[in-house]
Amino acid sequence: MPLDEGLKSLYNALILEHDRRPRNEGPLEGATHEASEDNPLCGDEITVRLSAPAGAVDAARFEGRGCALSRASASLMTEALAGKGLAEALALADAFEASLEGRAPAPSAGLEAFAGVRDFPSRVGCATLAWRALRGAIGGGGPAPGR
Amino acid sequence: MAGSGATPPETGASPYDVGALRADFPALDQRVHGRPLVYLDNASTTLKPRAVVEAVRRAFERECANVHRGSHALSAAATELYEGARAKARDFLGAEREREIVFVRGTTEAINLVAQSYGRSSVGPGDEVLVTELEHHSNFVPWKMLCDERGAALRVLPAGEGGELRLDLLPGLLGPTTRVVAVSHVSNALGTVNPVAAIARLAHEAGAVVVVDGAQAAAHGPVDVRALGCDFYAFSAHKAYGPTGAGVLYGREALLERMPPWQGGGDMVLSVSEAKVRYRELPYKFEAGTPNVAGAFGLAAALDYLGGVGPARVAAHEAALLERATRALSALPNVRLFAAPARRAPVVSFEVEGVHPHDVATVLDREGVALRGGHHCAQPLMRRLGVAATCRASFALYNTFDEVDALAAAIGVVTEAFGCRSTKG
Repeated sequence: MPLDEGLKSLYNALILEHDRRPRNEGPLEGATHEASEDNPLCGDEITVRLSAPAGAVDAARFEGRGCALSRASASLMTEALAGKGLAEALALADAFEASLEGRAPAPSAGLEAFAGVRDFPSRVGCATLAWRALRGAIGGGGPAPGR
Repeated sequence: MAGSGATPPETGASPYDVGALRADFPALDQRVHGRPLVYLDNASTTLKPRAVVEAVRRAFERECANVHRGSHALSAAATELYEGARAKARDFLGAEREREIVFVRGTTEAINLVAQSYGRSSVGPGDEVLVTELEHHSNFVPWKMLCDERGAALRVLPAGEGGELRLDLLPGLLGPTTRVVAVSHVSNALGTVNPVAAIARLAHEAGAVVVVDGAQAAAHGPVDVRALGCDFYAFSAHKAYGPTGAGVLYGREALLERMPPWQGGGDMVLSVSEAKVRYRELPYKFEAGTPNVAGAFGLAAALDYLGGVGPARVAAHEAALLERATRALSALPNVRLFAAPARRAPVVSFEVEGVHPHDVATVLDREGVALRGGHHCAQPLMRRLGVAATCRASFALYNTFDEVDALAAAIGVVTEAFGCRSTKG
């Protein structure tokens, strides 16, 4: 039977690929920044760790369990953070969240993959889970939509 | 399959005409995402028959008055209906007296009432409260809060692989310091029907009182609190075809008598002065403020409805649904069922291998199938199962075999969206 268009867009090839083979998953030796965030709806938890001794992200990794959206989002986030300054990383989180609310275009080609989440308001919190952990790790930035 | 049009009533296998009965439930007659609604989230809340909707409406359109107060006709009529609902709840629970029936907001409030009134006056430093690993957070957190406040210890009776409580470990967990044993009648996540009577016997031998969370049992027929031998029993109207915001706490009279009031306010007092407050008799001592009058009307209508269909027939139909669901889901190569308790309410917890329950629920929703993907407010149990979440399909008296088949077909769509990630071989 044909897959619903909304579902096709939500679970697109890039998201499924990053869910299945996430980049930068696992512990990070010598992390300088770390925070965990959980999704009270489903009990998922993601820990984000950064190595940024000189103020720019040398390495970003994540650990934990989650749905396809939270894992793919964490994976793509760690890729997008490489080389970014901490202020830039927070700006990226702002831009990503703005894109999920339809207020701005996605901040990068990879993160454009989450455009479909807009049609699934109950799942926005999954897509932002790792990003909320990122904010916690950096210790700055305003509250993210915690749905 | 879910997209194939309205679900036709099937005949023969069911002890009643499910198709005709479905017409009693206005909420069933709708489409979601362009598909007929297949509502399999009944353990969260059941849909409401028209009789319940009408009873609630009546509380606002006719007997719209406060209870126990006015000397006018409407108040008298409202009071009569409100107290009539109490009598129905007493009959439903098999309790002896109406004074043992306290109206509350729901199961959660009932358990908090017991924890804070009975618990605070009976549990002290060094004492223990025993809960089980199958508990919903509503029968776990109030006890944890009480223990933390009173310097008592919370003990947990584990569940085994099959989703049944480890009764063999119970004697070792009970002792002279055990004050309360809190257990669910039916597990919300797995459907396990717990051996409450056996647990109550052992608990009483140890000198503990037994608090039963009956939230998941009430929709499946009357309860006999005296046969169960429990001291307290709680349920919510909304999980038994009634409205939200209404529920019942049964308590043994002797215990309720000596418990202090929980909330203070109007209607629960005989006289008030600066020097002294005299409380009313049971059950009003525990019903401060204007109660949920409409909720009580709705609860009465729900219990009447359930009684009208017939608990034995409901049980037979639900058992057939459960059997078909376990068979259909086990037949899918990438589906794993959690637990297979011998005595079981119509609840199936499962996972689609390699796909997170939240994602499964999202896809199923688009197919019109409403179920729950999450931890079901039972995180201690989820830890025992080694997962963060499960998918849970829970059935009610209006579900059809076609809906079970629609669920299985919709899982096929999950497989299509995610690819088969089975490790089952």
